[in-house]
Amino acid sequence: MSKILPLTGDHAASESMRQINPDVVAAYPITPATEIVMSFSQIVANGLADTEMVPVESEHSAMSACVGASASGVRTMTATSSQGLALMWEVLYIAAGMRLPIIMHCVNRALSAPINIHGDHSDGMGARDTGWIQIYCENAQEVYEMGIFAVRVAEHKDIMLPVMVNQDGFITSHAIEGVKMFEDADVKKFVGEYVPNMPLLDVKNPVTFGPIDLQDYYFEHKFQQAQAMRDSKKRIVELFAEFNKFSGKKYELVEQYKMEDAEIAILALSSTCGTTRVVVNELREKGIKAGMIKIRVFRPFPMDEVAAACKNLKALAVLDRADTCSGEGGAVFGDVCTAIYNLNEKKVPAINYVYGLGGRDIDEAQIKNIFNELVDIAKTGQVKTVLNYSGVRI
Amino acid sequence: MELKNSKDLPIGGKILQAGNAQEYTTGEWRNEKPVLDKSKCINCLFCWIYCPDSSVYVEEGKVTGFDYDHCKGCGICAYMCPKKCIAMQKEEK
Repeated sequence: MSKILPLTGDHAASESMRQINPDVVAAYPITPATEIVMSFSQIVANGLADTEMVPVESEHSAMSACVGASASGVRTMTATSSQGLALMWEVLYIAAGMRLPIIMHCVNRALSAPINIHGDHSDGMGARDTGWIQIYCENAQEVYEMGIFAVRVAEHKDIMLPVMVNQDGFITSHAIEGVKMFEDADVKKFVGEYVPNMPLLDVKNPVTFGPIDLQDYYFEHKFQQAQAMRDSKKRIVELFAEFNKFSGKKYELVEQYKMEDAEIAILALSSTCGTTRVVVNELREKGIKAGMIKIRVFRPFPMDEVAAACKNLKALAVLDRADTCSGEGGAVFGDVCTAIYNLNEKKVPAINYVYGLGGRDIDEAQIKNIFNELVDIAKTGQVKTVLNYSGVRI
Repeated sequence: MELKNSKDLPIGGKILQAGNAQEYTTGEWRNEKPVLDKSKCINCLFCWIYCPDSSVYVEEGKVTGFDYDHCKGCGICAYMCPKKCIAMQKEEK
């Protein structure tokens, strides 16, 4: 019998970690990921997991300790947010480049300055090129399930890349929801025993990790890493099929909501999808053919799936909860446009909305306004401004 | 040396063969090479102790010469030698 527990997103993450029972967790608490580190420390202290918990002095050290632990050949996890992720930066690339299957819960929060502890995607989006697989979760249930799923993705022999499981700071991390749990034994069976390939501590088969790699081989190793990310998409789809069988869910790289006959759609990530779904329902009742596209796996970018989802649209709005400060729009918009431009014969008129920075609420009214604009664009085929902002006093 | 393709390499830049740095002939970097005058050498082994590249050959407690495949020609051996019996000679290239 599976239980339903009242859990915050953070506690959903730490409960999944308890069931996974990783060998090493090296972490430094930072708002709003603090409760993951705090509650998992308690789990270890209470003997409910036999993890080696390493309370390091900074996030740079946390990720460094994770790299060392993972290279030695053990299952390794961590959690962080915002400035913590930023402090991990150089080591994030090292974890991915060394092909270490580390799993991290990243509770998305704004980056300083100005200092702000609330939810936006600046941290995760900034790390989109670090070589980590990125999964964005809508609610605590997804955080719990994707936390478990991520183990299989990271450790798949054809993938061997670190995985970042993202959730929205406070909105998801601190709101209590009913989370349906799997049995401990079932999770143990699903994630299985980690059997490392060529680990550092196999003294009978000595291996050098992290040697200097110059003009003659660096490019080949980076190509190999990039190819692993490209190939991982197919493997993730296979693993979703296995996970769906295990969980009874319908996880895919990209979730489509009422998209079968949709003429206009909003594409978004994480908790905003919940609000968008409500608005889509309202518009559908009025006979407006609205839909929603949710990108669950952002890295590897599901180019074909996004292009296919947008194929028959008359207008599309992409929501970005982070500004690239590139002079143009958000990161998700750029990737979505690349997909449409390259793969679709018909170029759907697309607009970008940057919203919700520093935890600014996005409500139904804002989403309705965006849909209203899409209705106009669908009618006229004319886009007034590509880059727009929602909910900011300009 | 024939260069391997991406798909033929171990992942993550790992090196699976222990001690393969020996195949890297850093001696090619050298501008000056150490030359030993055995007649003055007292076999104090200072050169052997100080050599940062383990490139001084010693047999039965006696200096016999240098590993020119790996000696980078830094000259520490010549500098440390109390008898000044190691000369640094310009490499002819």
